[in-house]
Amino acid sequence: MKRALPILAVLVVLLAAIAVANPFFLEPAGFLAFLKRAAPLVILAAGQYFVIVSGEFDLSVGSLVTAEVVIAARLIDGDESATWPVIALLIVIGLLVGLVNGVVTTKLRVPSFIVTLGMLLILSGAVFLWTGGAPRGALSEGFRVFGRGGLGPVPWSVLILLAVGAAAIWLMRADFGKTLMATGDNERAAALSGVRVDRAKIFAFMLSGLAAAVAAILLGGFAGVSAQVGQGLEFSAITAVVLGGVVLGGGRGSVLAAMAGAFTLEALFTLLNLYGISGALEFTVQGVIIIAAVAAGAIRLPWKFTPRKGDAHAAS
Amino acid sequence: MNQLVRVRRPAGRGEARSGLAARLREPTQVVFLALLGLIAVGWVLVAFDGGQFLTMESVVGIQQRSAALGIVAIGQTLAILAGSLDLSVAYLISLTSLVAAEIMAGQDGNILPAIAAVLAISALVGLVNGLVITRLQVHAFIATLGVALIIKGIVDHLYDGPAGKVPESFQLLGYSRIGPIPISALLWAGVAVVAWFLLSRTRLGYRIYAVGGNEEVARLSGIRTGRVIVITHVLCSLCAGIAGLLLASRLGAGAPTVGTDGGYDLESIAAVVLGGTALAGGKGGVAGTVGGVLLLAVLDTIFNQLEVNSFVKDVVRGVVIVIAVAVYARRGMRRSQ
Repeated sequence: MKRALPILAVLVVLLAAIAVANPFFLEPAGFLAFLKRAAPLVILAAGQYFVIVSGEFDLSVGSLVTAEVVIAARLIDGDESATWPVIALLIVIGLLVGLVNGVVTTKLRVPSFIVTLGMLLILSGAVFLWTGGAPRGALSEGFRVFGRGGLGPVPWSVLILLAVGAAAIWLMRADFGKTLMATGDNERAAALSGVRVDRAKIFAFMLSGLAAAVAAILLGGFAGVSAQVGQGLEFSAITAVVLGGVVLGGGRGSVLAAMAGAFTLEALFTLLNLYGISGALEFTVQGVIIIAAVAAGAIRLPWKFTPRKGDAHAAS
Repeated sequence: MNQLVRVRRPAGRGEARSGLAARLREPTQVVFLALLGLIAVGWVLVAFDGGQFLTMESVVGIQQRSAALGIVAIGQTLAILAGSLDLSVAYLISLTSLVAAEIMAGQDGNILPAIAAVLAISALVGLVNGLVITRLQVHAFIATLGVALIIKGIVDHLYDGPAGKVPESFQLLGYSRIGPIPISALLWAGVAVVAWFLLSRTRLGYRIYAVGGNEEVARLSGIRTGRVIVITHVLCSLCAGIAGLLLASRLGAGAPTVGTDGGYDLESIAAVVLGGTALAGGKGGVAGTVGGVLLLAVLDTIFNQLEVNSFVKDVVRGVVIVIAVAVYARRGMRRSQ
């Protein structure tokens, strides 16, 4: 919790700024709409967090989201009865892609940057090969309800988000979280003290794949079927995780902070829209803020007492 | 070729009999063997298909296709060898192509100022990348991604489509050739030779390997690691700027999407790694990168000649990259045992 404080403070400031510009934001409906919009990115960030904290990257999530949405549309094709089998299939595909990423990274010793980059190329190529260039078919109403509908006033995506968030926090408190953190901090030390490093990493990749599948189900309902639905999401997710103070290279940071980072990124987009910063310049502001936020985090580090890799040697 | 080979050679004198086998274990040799193999396979496949593989046209095509990516990849090699990486090259290419075409505005007299402006802007972007990474201690991935977003915002804000005009005389850079060798390929070769000389014959080159190998050790041995990283980023961005000039000359104008359409950011990293350079830095060299770029270009040419669906290309490319790196990783493991 303590680690999440700086990013939560930034998030509160941003939310306050949004509320000043747009009072509707303070009403339950307005805030729930924001949560609904943020849900896919937050879920992706949670998945990406597991991979990053174990010391790896997952660049394939964006194309995986696109692939899942395109596959869902093609297989369901408006047929209501196909909804649940297809959702099950999507989750299996997500887990499977994660499994392949993880196994190739750990067993074949290929850097995850390259593995998931290759997976990105393979997924985007394969999906377009299968659909012949343009996504076809349509999603059923039952499928779209997760991204659009709600249980009373509360959107389904917010409930799913809460469930995912709780599960992620629980996972990191369980033994798995501790082994994963140890793996990312010092893989060799973890392996020597009996952690099954490869298994932990493979599981992390599968969680990222699962998160991509869930995000795809939400985005498919929310944004509809297109070939661009997942574009750039891998970079957004990594940025969100890093904004939350999670260190690239592994072993540092909390999943709550990573998810708060995703909320912050989404709040930033909302704020830029509200203040009418034209579409393209939004990227420029985003770039400056990302660098500034990460730099601020990095510069503050030496003043706080956080033992780093080198300190242990220096002390002994 | 690279420092590793040169360092290892004296020690390996005892095993002179297995000299060839030992040399083949180097990723650089592997990638060129793979290239030869691929050309052979491509030749057979295309012959079965009833075509001719190594025609003048296709050889020129391979060189044309690989020149821009090749130049970017050489810059990327320097950044990766120093333990960094640069995700901003794609947008920088778009930006520099626009700057070049806008300043030239179709006038022959403006070519030199345009080239100077492009190189200055590239160097500036590289300087920013390097300083953000070293002074602000932002991870290279985030720093260059942030700079990429900044450039993307500026370019998209100012331009909707192609702009500026490149004079005829400058378009020669993109299209003319001496015999079977396009000028653009010569430019690529020139950049490669300069980078090779830098890495294997100069103090800076050794420092780049040292910093990439282990930054802490390099720092403790008295290398100003920050300065080395900044210089590699400036050089990397300069290479992207040169590629931007080349693409502007080929298009006859600047285009805001020319860099991203080519996927030069991830593709150049893929080519570098395909050439056997370790993503973590400190190991590899320019020769491997040249091989990696040629390998991708030959693969492209084979698919074009067989008229394979372009999406299959992506799939095969992804598989090839992962397999190649897996092979290098296995070799590395065997050696360390």
